[in-house]
Amino acid sequence: MAKQKIEGLVDFAILSMKYKTKLTKKFENRIVYEDPNPNNILSYIPGTVNEVFVKVGQEVKEGESLMILEAMKMRNQIAMPFDGKVKAIHVKEGDRIPKNHLMIEIEE
Amino acid sequence: MSLKKHILDLRKRKEQVQKGGGDKAIEKQVARGKQTARNRILALLDRDSFTEYDLFVEHEARDFGMDKKQLHGDGVIIGTGTIYGAPICIYAQDFTVEGGSLGLMHARKITKIMDHALKMRVPCVGINDSGGARIQEGVNALAGYGEIFYRNTLSSGVIPQISVILGPCAGGAVYSPALTDFVFVVDNISKMFITGPSVIESVLGEKISMEDLGGARVHAETTGNAHFFSNSEDECFEQIKKLITFIPWSNTKRAKTFPPKPPKFTGNIEDLIPADPRQPYDVRDVIKAIVDDSDFFEIQELWAANIVIGFGRLNGETVGFVANQPLVLAGVLDCDSSDKAARFIRYCDAFNIPIVTLEDMPGYLPGVDQEHAGVIRHGAKVLYAYSEATVPKVTVILRKAYGGGYIAMNSRHLGADFMFAWPTAEIAVMGPEGAANIIFRKEIEEAEDKDVMRAKKVEEYKEKFANPFVAAAKGYIDSVIEPSETRDLLLHAIEVSAHKDDHRPAKKHGIPPF
Repeated sequence: MAKQKIEGLVDFAILSMKYKTKLTKKFENRIVYEDPNPNNILSYIPGTVNEVFVKVGQEVKEGESLMILEAMKMRNQIAMPFDGKVKAIHVKEGDRIPKNHLMIEIEE
Repeated sequence: MSLKKHILDLRKRKEQVQKGGGDKAIEKQVARGKQTARNRILALLDRDSFTEYDLFVEHEARDFGMDKKQLHGDGVIIGTGTIYGAPICIYAQDFTVEGGSLGLMHARKITKIMDHALKMRVPCVGINDSGGARIQEGVNALAGYGEIFYRNTLSSGVIPQISVILGPCAGGAVYSPALTDFVFVVDNISKMFITGPSVIESVLGEKISMEDLGGARVHAETTGNAHFFSNSEDECFEQIKKLITFIPWSNTKRAKTFPPKPPKFTGNIEDLIPADPRQPYDVRDVIKAIVDDSDFFEIQELWAANIVIGFGRLNGETVGFVANQPLVLAGVLDCDSSDKAARFIRYCDAFNIPIVTLEDMPGYLPGVDQEHAGVIRHGAKVLYAYSEATVPKVTVILRKAYGGGYIAMNSRHLGADFMFAWPTAEIAVMGPEGAANIIFRKEIEEAEDKDVMRAKKVEEYKEKFANPFVAAAKGYIDSVIEPSETRDLLLHAIEVSAHKDDHRPAKKHGIPPF
C-alpha cells in the first residue's frame, strides 16, 4: 500500500515519549496556567466597576472594601486580602471589564 | 349540509391551517435558506407516510391582545410516519407562526406526541425552530418546557430521541435537545445558546456574533452539544435516515439486521499501522477495514477527535465502535474525549448494541488545564460506563495500552467479554522510556555514560514488558491474534455473545460521575 504523507504533524510529549500527531484547535487555544500574584486583584467575574473606595498610596486593613464590582445584578464587595497599601488602580467607575482583568495592584 | 359539502369544508379548513403563518411568513422563511416545518417533515419521512395530529388546535392565551390572534396549529406540527419503514413520532416547530414561539397548547401538542412515542415504543424526532417562550403566555410557557424536559428524561434509554436544530433554539428550549440522544445541526441555520449575544454584551460587555456564540460549527467542534454537522437541511435529513437504520426502535428491541457484506478494503490491515508506537495513523481506516461494506457511520466527528465513536455493521448486525485516534493528540484520553466515549457507551448499552473497542493510547493528557477542568471526574465516566455496560464488549489492543488508559479502555478488569491483542500491542504500566527511567534510576545515575545506560535499559524493558505476552500469561488477554484475523474474530465474538445474559446488582439507579 502506498503510504500517504500526513500533513500537520507535530511532536507531542506524553510523559517521556514523544508522539507524532495533530493538535486540536481547543488544545492550541487552551489557557496556559500562570502562578497567581497575590498583589494583583483580578476580577473573578465579568462586570461593571460600580464604585472605587480607595486611592493610590492609601493604607488599607485586611477585609476593608476596595471597590464594588457589579455583576449579574449583584453588588460584589472586593475586599483587601491582607493589611497593605494600594499601589495602582487600573479601573475607574463605570468601566465594564472581563473576567480576570487586573483591577487593583496592592503591596504589603 | 350534504356529506360531500362536509368533506369539502374539511378540505378547505385543512388547506387554510396547513399554510401555517401564511405566504408572507413562508417567503421570509425560505429567504433565510430554511424549509417550512411541513416540508421538513415530508422530506424526512417516507413518502405519503405522514399522519398529522392536532392540526386544529388553537392557543388559549387571552392577555395582551392574544385573544384576537389566530395561530395555526399553535406553531407546531405533530404526527407519525415512517423512515425506511420504521415507525417514528415527530414534531416540527413552525417558525412562520408567531416565530415558532412556545405557548401552552404548543407544548401540549409536543408532549402529546412524546407520550405517544413512549407508549408505542418508537423513536421520537423533534425539529426545533423557535424564537423561545411566548412571553404573552407567561408561566404557562415555562410549564410547557418543564413538561417536555420531564418526558425527555422518562423516555431516555427507552426510545431513541433525536433533536434537529433548524433555526434558533435559545434559552430554556436548548435543554430538550441536550436531554436527547442525538442532536443534528446545519451550518448557518442552527443557533443554540442559553443567553444570546445581546444579553451577554449588556451584562458582561463581551461582544460576540450569534454564529460564533452558538452556531452549528461551535456545537459540532467546541462544545460537543451536537452529534452531527451538515451543510444543508437535505444533507441533515439523509444523516438522520442513516442513523435510524443503525438503531433499534426501543430498548427492548435489537437494531435491524442487514444482509452481511465483506469490507470494501482488500489490502493488508497490518499495513495501515506503523510499528513504531510514536507514529500516527487514522484509526478510522482500521475500522473501515473491519466493518461490513467498509461503511462506518461516525458520530461527533469534529469534537474531541482524539477518540472516534460511531456505528458499523459486523455480519449485518449493528456494532458501536470506540477507538483511540493516534492521529489527534496522540489518542490521549482527556475531559472531552472521556465525555464523548462514556455517553456513547451508555447509549449502546441502553439499546442492546454490542461495543467494539480499538485501543492505541499513551494515557491521559497531562496539564494544569486538564486537572483543573476535572479530568478525574470526566475520566471516571469511561470506567463507569464500561463497567456498567452489560452488552457484549470486545476489545482489540492494536499498539499502546499504557497505565490508566489500559484499564479504562474496556479492559478485562472492567468486564470485557473478549480481549484480543495484536502482536504489536504494548501493555504496560507506562511507556518504556518512562518506566526505565524510574526502575533503573540508580543504574542510570551511577553509569559512566548515562545516555548509553538509559538506552540499554529502555531496550531491556521494551524486550521484557512492551508486548502483549505478559498480560496474556496472566489471562488478562484471551488471545494474541494476527491483524488479518481481526474481522473474523470480531464476527465470532459477536455471534457467540448473541444471547449474553449479564446482570448488575438491583438498584434504583447508579450515581455516575456526571
